[in-house]
Order: sequence, then C-alpha cells, then structure tokens
Amino acid sequence: MSEKIKLATIWLAGCSGCHMSFLDLDEWLFEVAKFADIVYSPVGCDLKEYPENVDVCLVEGAVANEENWELLLKVRKRTKFLISFGDCAVTANVPAMRNMLGKADQVLKRSYLELGDVTPQLPHFPGIVPELLERVSPVHEVVQIDMFIPGCPPSAPRIQAAIEPLLKGETPKMEGRDMIKFG
Amino acid sequence: MAKTVVIDPVTRIEGHAKISIYLDDVGEVSDAQFHVVEYRGFEKFCEGRPMWEMAGITARICGICPVSHLLASAKTGDKIQAVQVPPAGEKLRRMMNLAQFTQSHALSFFHLSSPDFLLGWDSDPAKRNVFGLMAADPELARAGIRLRQFGQTVIELLGARKIHAAWAVPGGVRSPLSEEGRTWIRERLPESRATLDIALNLFKRFLDQFGAEAEVFGTFPSLFMGLVGKNGEWEHYGGHIRFTDSNGNIVADGLSEDNYRDYLGEAVEPWSYLKFPYYKPMGYPDGIYRVGPLARVNICSHFGTPDADKELREFRDRVGGVATSSFMYHYARLLEILASLEKIEELVNDPDITSKRCRAEAGINNLEGVGVSEAPRGTLFHHYQVDENGILKKVNLIIATGQNNLGMNKTVTQIAKHYIHGNEIPEGMLNRVEAGIRCYDPCLSCSTHAAGQMPLHVQLVAGDGTVVDEVYRD
Repeated sequence: MSEKIKLATIWLAGCSGCHMSFLDLDEWLFEVAKFADIVYSPVGCDLKEYPENVDVCLVEGAVANEENWELLLKVRKRTKFLISFGDCAVTANVPAMRNMLGKADQVLKRSYLELGDVTPQLPHFPGIVPELLERVSPVHEVVQIDMFIPGCPPSAPRIQAAIEPLLKGETPKMEGRDMIKFG
Repeated sequence: MAKTVVIDPVTRIEGHAKISIYLDDVGEVSDAQFHVVEYRGFEKFCEGRPMWEMAGITARICGICPVSHLLASAKTGDKIQAVQVPPAGEKLRRMMNLAQFTQSHALSFFHLSSPDFLLGWDSDPAKRNVFGLMAADPELARAGIRLRQFGQTVIELLGARKIHAAWAVPGGVRSPLSEEGRTWIRERLPESRATLDIALNLFKRFLDQFGAEAEVFGTFPSLFMGLVGKNGEWEHYGGHIRFTDSNGNIVADGLSEDNYRDYLGEAVEPWSYLKFPYYKPMGYPDGIYRVGPLARVNICSHFGTPDADKELREFRDRVGGVATSSFMYHYARLLEILASLEKIEELVNDPDITSKRCRAEAGINNLEGVGVSEAPRGTLFHHYQVDENGILKKVNLIIATGQNNLGMNKTVTQIAKHYIHGNEIPEGMLNRVEAGIRCYDPCLSCSTHAAGQMPLHVQLVAGDGTVVDEVYRD
C-alpha cells in the first residue's frame, strides 16, 4: 500500500465555519481517510503538539493574537503545502473589522468594564490568555502560502474539488466561479 | 513542590481553550481553571452599521450555530420594526432551528464525544477521534455523519446554504420550503429516526458502563435556565424564561428577555476572555446557573411529542427527577434530537411551510430591542439600540456558552480533584478533564465575540523561568 499523506487543519481567529464545511464532506470523509492520516486538527485529532513533516495543512481564520502568530510560524516550518482556507484566512474578513477601531482601551472598556458589572477588569494572564495583535492580518501576510480556497465558508463540494487532487499527489486547478468566488 | 499542569489546547471542542490544573506540594489538586483564549470583537465593531446587516454579520460569530444568531438577530429586528411575523414565517424559522439542533447535537455526540465512550478515555490519542471511530465502527460513524447531514441539508433546503444562510430577516424569512425540499425531508426522516434510536440505546449502555464517571463529571447543585412555552413545555424559539433549582423548584418564571439586565449579570476574571454570567439576585459567584440541553430538559414539564415524552419519563426515572450531573448533557442532547425530528415531521406536513406569505415589511418603529432564541448550547440574547435610520448605536450579546462558564470551571475542578493524585499524571486522566468540558459542547467561537484590542505585553523568559525582558504597549 502506498504511503498516506499527513493532513492537518488549524484554526486561528475565525468562526469554525470552514471546519464545519470540511465536516460537511460527510461520507466523503471515508475517502479522505483512505488517502490521508489526520495528524493534527482541533476537531479531528487529540494530539496537542503540531507534528513535523506534515504534507498538507488547511489554515482557517485570520491572525489576531500572539498565539495565532506563533502557531502559524511553527506550522509553516513543519508543513510542505499550506492552504489558506476560507475568507478569514484569505482576506482577514470579519475578524479584521476591528482594525477600523481606535485605541484599544476604548473598546476594551466596552466589553470588560462597561458590560462587566462586577469585578470589571481586563483579562490579562501572561502565558495563558494571549495578547491581541495590534492589527488582524490574513495568513499570507505572515507566512508564505501555497494555495488559497476562498469562501465564507468554502462549500464542501469546493473543498472536495480542491483537496481531492492533493490527496493523490496532484495539483488542483483553482479557477472559475465555482472555485474562487468569495463569500 | 507545587506545580501547574496546562492542557493546551483542549481538543475535540469547538473553539480555543486551555485548562490549568494547580497541584499542591504533595501533588493533590488545589484548583483548576478553564481558560478561553480567543477574542474577536463583535459588540463594538457592529456599531455604526445598519441593523439589517446584523443577521449576516452575527451569523459569522459562529460556523457551528449560525442559525442561532440569525434567529436571535431577526427576532431583535422584529421588535425594532414592531412587526408581527406571519405564522408561516415563524414555523419556517422554527424548522430551521430544529434542523440546527439536530446537526449540532449529532456533531457533539458522534464526532466529538463518542470516541471517548467507544474507544476509551485512555485509548491512543492519535486515533481517539471521528476518524478513529470511522475505522473502528464504520457503520455507526456513517450513521452519525448522515444524521448531521440531515440537519445541515434541511438548513440548506430552507436558506440555500448549509453555513451562514442569510435567510431569517427582521419580519420573517426570505423564502418558504420548496415542494422538492418537503419531499426530500419526508423521505429522509425515517433513517434519521432509526439512527437516533441506535444512539439512545448506545448511550443508555454507556450510562451503565460509566456510572463512576457520571458521578464526578460536574455533579453539583446549580440553577437551570431556559425558555419554556406557556404551559411549561419545552421551547426553543418563543415562550418565556424560567429558572429552576436542583430540586426542580421554580425559582423565577415568566421572565421576559426585555429586562434581562435585571436578572443576569456578567463578571470578568483576568484569566479568561470568556465572561462569567450569573443570576443577579443570588450574586457572584453564588448565582451559578446552567443552560443548554440539560437545563431545558430539567426546566420543562414535557416535550409535547409522543416519543420524546416517553424518553423524557425514562430519563427522569434514571436520574431521579432532576439531572445534576453534567455528564447527562449527552443524554439530554439525544432527547432533544428526538424531539426535533418529531417536530420537523409535524412541520413538514403543515401547509404553512410552503406558504409565500412568510415576511412582514416595516421601517424603524422602536429604537431598542432584545431578541432571544434557544441555541443548541443554551439561551442566546441579542440587544440592539439604533437611531431613527436603523444604524446601530449599541450592541450587547449574551451567548449560551458563556452562561455555562461557572459550571465548566466547577466541572474541571471536580474531575481533576477526583482523578489526579501525585505529580505523574497519565494522559488518559487529562482526557477525562477535557471530557468534562465536552459535556457542555462549548462553542467558543460564539462565546468570545466580544470587542476590541488588547494592549501588547511581550515577555522574554529564560529557561529557568525568570523574566529577562518585558515590553508593554498600550
């Protein structure tokens, strides 16, 4: 039997809709399992450390905090083919709506001081609660990306059309409305 | 020596989280904390946008339960427009919510939690997941996948897409169910019912097998909150809010979402981006309450459909009336799928479900509105203030999962204290602590919607733990 590819998924700042759409592959997931081992995934694997020598990784979400940033750098180093998966990863999309806001203390005041009626304070626990980055970025601003699958989320048929060739060691054609339309 | 064990990340849940377990000098657990480490920012950045965009934007809070936000947002818009939704519009919204309960609960049970039950808490973590389940029991995995697919497809048949359908709007919904859609649902219902029967029988077997786990997976007194109908029946869309206690006594009833601030407070702790809602009359943190499937099943008198009511009676016999163990969330979730399938069957045969009269149109008639809906994980509140043109001036969202924050912390502490003794902690023990969180099926995408940016703080830490350099930026 030929060697299976090592497939991973990670999820940065996003709504998990892309991961849900991946699960919408439904019974085709059995085909995925034929060709790939899932070596790291928040919904599909219990391993805590991103492994070395991953063949393909789908990255959902934008880069919004220090942990997103650090994980993404590690994932890039350990992955051969990195896919920007969904509009938040590709454009930063909804998480980047906060980029238009002013000083951080103004908006934090709303969430945790004005709307927190007892013990109002700003969450701050070094090493545990990650600090937000000044600006939310799409993943390709932080690391080199090998392929983009846009969509909010990309539909399951689009995901299948994009990853089916990859599972067999071929390069998919990302062209036409069905494959690259945003939203 | 005292030390901290951090589980990072918590896996097979929907969102970003860690758990810290604090051990004392002799290796006994002194405390445990559930940290939510994700933070985006909807309450603030929605301000200044038109109220009509909110259903589409807030759906993006969550890809697992976008329907919940669609419905809560549309219901808030109904109030701001002061319109009455046509009967067909309400029935269609209900149908989509029931489909969402089905898909989300199936995901929680089959994809995320059943690997613990079927493969074992101590099984190989590389295989302890839905793909491991597909290898170990392909027929069960396939049935679970198809049950979730049923729910997702009903959502698609109504709203034209499975995730983030921009379909529910202030005043009603954009379109009814098609005849083809109706036929598909009718044909696929029996298979979904059969899968649910398999899952229920399976879980009852787990109950016998995992009695010891059930005892410590979050067994404690608390209040329970959720919507009930006018006769106290199970509700997921309309009705009013009820609080009960662990003995089944009604603590407060007939509450309206409009004045939620009178009975719900939100506390903040420095070690989590997730706030800590509590029942205001009892204060913080004594006002601990749980929401979601377990709460809804505990507070209601009955479901109102025959098979779910029969199962509810058996559930109450088994748990001794009120279920106080969070392990029973799994069981309650299955009862809710059953009720959802029965209610979808009723709705699919209702002539209104294909009626084109499903939306009322109006302008801005109130400057403030609060909408409420039962999400799979519990009661969801949207609160908007707008100007005369419908531009948002202020937004507050109280999300289901946040309301279980006190309960989740209590649960991980209870499990850690029970299973962890000494500094050598087997992986399977840590997995049990995580499984305590999975009981709640927390949706952390949703719960950390809150707004803003944090001041930057960078620490350079040497190998021995001393801080070599620190940078702050505000």
